[in-house]
Amino acid sequence: MSKPHDYQTKAIILSKTRLAEADRIITFFTPEHGKIAAVAKGVRRPNSRMSGHLEVLDYSHLNLARGHNLDIITGAQTLDSFLPLREDLTRGAYGLYAAEIVNQFAMENLENRELFDLFLKTLERLSYQDNLEIATYYFELHLLKEVGFKPEFKECLSCHRRLGEEESVFNFKSGGTLCAHCAQGKPWSFPLSFGALKVLRMLQDDDYEQVKGLKLEPVTHEIEGALRNYFYYLLEKDIKSASWLDKVKKMP
Amino acid sequence: MEKQASPVERLIQELSKLPGIGPKSAQRIAYHLLRAPAEQVNGLALAITNLREKTHLCPECFNITDGDLCNICSSEKRDKGLICVVEQPQDITVISRLGSYNGLFHVLHGAISPTEGIGTSNLKIDELIKRLERSPVREVIIATNPTMEGEQTALYLKKIISPLGIKVTRLARGLPFGTELEYADNATLTHAIEGRAEF
Ligand SMILES: [Zn+2]
Ligand SMILES: [Zn+2]
Repeated sequence: MSKPHDYQTKAIILSKTRLAEADRIITFFTPEHGKIAAVAKGVRRPNSRMSGHLEVLDYSHLNLARGHNLDIITGAQTLDSFLPLREDLTRGAYGLYAAEIVNQFAMENLENRELFDLFLKTLERLSYQDNLEIATYYFELHLLKEVGFKPEFKECLSCHRRLGEEESVFNFKSGGTLCAHCAQGKPWSFPLSFGALKVLRMLQDDDYEQVKGLKLEPVTHEIEGALRNYFYYLLEKDIKSASWLDKVKKMP
Repeated sequence: MEKQASPVERLIQELSKLPGIGPKSAQRIAYHLLRAPAEQVNGLALAITNLREKTHLCPECFNITDGDLCNICSSEKRDKGLICVVEQPQDITVISRLGSYNGLFHVLHGAISPTEGIGTSNLKIDELIKRLERSPVREVIIATNPTMEGEQTALYLKKIISPLGIKVTRLARGLPFGTELEYADNATLTHAIEGRAEF
């Protein structure tokens, strides 16, 4: 959808970089136009009209004007600033991790309302609910669906056998599971126990309300490893904030 | 054969790398310097050379200094039981300008920025902890910017400093989220420091 000269949108702020004269380039995610980078003038000044409404992880209503190169933010009003993400180290680290993943996968000028709603819901869960790990895995699996990389976890993608008790393999190149036989000699394979496979299926297919109480132990590390490595395969780089999240999670 | 860039082009290239200077401004500055009196241009060149050759980081607080210790750390009049932690050396200037703060500083040289891969090891955090272990400090005021990165840094520092038995305070919430100390006016900043609280 092409944008008019002046337009407004809801947005979640993903990242920011400094420009001269207290300006910033703000990158944000919108339901209608996907990811946008735009200039916000003077927002590093505490007396700026827009300051306080354009910080990373703010959910805001923005007014914009089309620019030569980058669009210009002409107004901003916070709808939810997710205070717990600012005031709690662990919640904040999870929020930044989610924002980086959206930043990596979201496309510019491509409508994706489902991904926007998922991201918004995830920030609410990370702010106000307790099971941050489940909220994050749920988010990661559903994001993969919304950006066209939904992994198959039901059957072997090669021989179409339904996978049961035996150990299977998450093969990144095929985009899902293979049975042990078909996986032989295939690179980009991540072994999965049946326990982990079952949890992945539930996280992928069930509503959040049904899975939020799941006991992840002892398969947490398998699920985390499978998703992190799949992201690495798809993006050809690490999610940088993962190491900070891991450090924070280990703190007492 | 590749053509060597002319001295004017070289200068324009270098100036364009500076923050806030685009190619057009760079060109304007370069031609201004071509016409300016020789003393002025030589003075500028010398100031730039000295900036790197005659300054270093204070081994105590990591402020920029041309002496051994910086003039704040070496002052007899400062309250050595109070350390204000800031992101960058410019923030010391901003807070000192108020005239009301009489403690010491510690410059982290940035903030924890997970999405940019900047973690604790890239900042002067270990140095801060060592400093707190060897000197009688009763309060650490965390004056990182009220941004997501500044908050993560503050919360992390609180977690690792509190077990040392030192009071940890944070600037009061007078500064809107997403702004930077460097651009705060004196009244707002004075209010934020005076209203600091444990968090
Ligand atoms: Zn098979
Ligand atoms: Zn010093």
